[in-house]
Amino acid sequence: MTKPILDVVHLHKDYQTKSKTALFGKPKNVRVLNDISFELFEGETLSIVGESGCGKTTLGRCIVKGISASSGEVIYHTEEEERVDFLKLKGKEAKKLRRDIQMIFQDPYSSLSPRMSVYDIISEPLVANFKLKKSEIDDKVADIAEKTGLNTSYLKRYPHAFSGGQRQRIAIARALITQPRLIVCDEAVSALDVSIQAQIINLLKDLQEQFRITYIFISHDLSIVQNISDRVAVMHLGRIVELASTDALFGSPKHPYTEALMSAVPQPDPERQKSRIILEGEVPNPANPPSGCHFHPRCVYRTDKCVQQAPELREIGDRHYAACHYAEELNLRGVQDESASIG
Amino acid sequence: MTTQAIRTEQPLLSVKDLKIRIQMDNGEMKAVDGVDFEIKKGKTLGLVGESGCGKSLTSRALLGINPKECETSGAVLYRSATDQPSEQLNLLSLDPNGKQIRSIRGRKISMIFQEPMTAFSPMYTIGNQIMEAILIHRTKNKKEAKRIALDMLGKVGISDQEKRFDQYPHEFSGGMRQRAMISMALSCNPELLIADEPTTALDVTIQAQVLELMRSLQADFGMAILLVTHDLGIIAQMCDEVAVMYLGKIVEQAPVKELFYNPKHPYTKGLLRSMPRLGGNKSKRLESIEGSVPMPINMPPMCGFYDRCKDRIEGVCNVRDVPKTQISEDHSVRCFLYSDPHGGESQ
Repeated sequence: MTKPILDVVHLHKDYQTKSKTALFGKPKNVRVLNDISFELFEGETLSIVGESGCGKTTLGRCIVKGISASSGEVIYHTEEEERVDFLKLKGKEAKKLRRDIQMIFQDPYSSLSPRMSVYDIISEPLVANFKLKKSEIDDKVADIAEKTGLNTSYLKRYPHAFSGGQRQRIAIARALITQPRLIVCDEAVSALDVSIQAQIINLLKDLQEQFRITYIFISHDLSIVQNISDRVAVMHLGRIVELASTDALFGSPKHPYTEALMSAVPQPDPERQKSRIILEGEVPNPANPPSGCHFHPRCVYRTDKCVQQAPELREIGDRHYAACHYAEELNLRGVQDESASIG
Repeated sequence: MTTQAIRTEQPLLSVKDLKIRIQMDNGEMKAVDGVDFEIKKGKTLGLVGESGCGKSLTSRALLGINPKECETSGAVLYRSATDQPSEQLNLLSLDPNGKQIRSIRGRKISMIFQEPMTAFSPMYTIGNQIMEAILIHRTKNKKEAKRIALDMLGKVGISDQEKRFDQYPHEFSGGMRQRAMISMALSCNPELLIADEPTTALDVTIQAQVLELMRSLQADFGMAILLVTHDLGIIAQMCDEVAVMYLGKIVEQAPVKELFYNPKHPYTKGLLRSMPRLGGNKSKRLESIEGSVPMPINMPPMCGFYDRCKDRIEGVCNVRDVPKTQISEDHSVRCFLYSDPHGGESQ
């Protein structure tokens, strides 16, 4: 068994909204992360999938301390095998650990400052975190630029001169330069074209192999998730509803929501037009979640029990977790492994 | 062949040698460079390509709603299938602000846009905006217009229409707004619906609903659809015919099955291979197309895909424009690998 690198324990995040019933009414709590717990092992890729508004980005940001969680712990296992609660750290210690955990954002057009040259963007984390000589910084930047496939002669240019794929490479180089152990990729390839997407996914995989980086890969695209991850967590309305290895999750899903998500993905194969499960209705409002299981208004298998009682996330097989009362009984459809003859 | 048979053979809309030029500070950009295609009555044509390939400009040119900077040439020949007798019109030659094109926009050819958030005016109710098109094109009676609008809202699966009719766009979710936009586009029973990335801003589950809706409405109303998207999955599910665009040109065009199972152009092949797919082999590395799309500014006559192509032939692909080659009756490709070695248009 590989070493754990991060334990997320009972993480909650609440936001306050103005009550809609009265102008001066009491603020209302909206729970966007509800009791999130999972562990993360060194060198693996854990993907977090779900529809917009399910809290996947909030979870990623809470882990890197971009926003502060309401309660819960994020235990980080340092290289010296110490266990520290990353969320409680302050000052110097926090700064030191921040080097180990980095983030890549979705939109490479807004995540890079237009007033900084590519060299400045990539070297900024080094300048902020380490006391290095100019020549050392130069070497490191050149090294990382080469590894991420950037032409070193372009380093003096500004972001506007680069295409989307190139900008995402710059963002990856900046995240990598402090030699992090964990990178949170928030929809890192969603804004890119298909042919460029494949380049960036391959780059992320290569870098993982080379440096043994752990990824938390946040995405809404199940085809990419299946390609890149070792394990997958499916989120729905602030909760994890299923967590399993990629093969188990896609081969035999145990939560109806996972099944519906997979079935909704349009397949690039005109012959494979299987009967699809089309969910009725929309994602419920997290400010006013349904009773019982939050998925029950859209679930085709619901019973009275689902309306009244919220299911716990429980282990139902070998490290396969699902939050459904009927996880064992339902015979849900996964994705058949077909070696497609296309292309 | 009887005259009747010839009439049904005629396409609803045919685009001939469409070119769109934009003057930039550093030269002329050939955003769309000689595009030809036909849309048949009741069929779906998919226009697929990466960002910047000119697919949106092409679709907007059909209605003459591109910005003034776009110099458009070529012909968009439209012949109404319902008007008797019908005359063929070149939509490009019509005054973009004139009466004639305005009687076609929204009535015969309507459009749905990618961003349901920005396509509606926030100042008017949804019902008011749907009624607007009906009042212009179908009836002058407000009561009747409202009845048609409510009916349309019901058809696109919006429940509680009476209440929804008087709500503002911000009270609708993304999926609902897209449904409302579809109901607006279909309210005058158009012959052609242009859908520019209609589901890109939506979640997969909602996307599945909207695509299903479009398909069932097409069956009901019998309209043709021009579907512009970058998603090959959507193409595979929705289209009868596909045109693949790259750098302002259609590089390959074929019926959907032919394109997916027998792709010819190296770009089409690369696109199909670089797509991660569900149920695919996980450990397998994705094949990517190296490099990125060049800017089509001051391009010399050559194949636009040359720099990224694995099968390029130096001295052939980079010295002249690639002609269109007809591989079979309905499959055409723009690539020297398949063209007549003596050059020239081999149609």
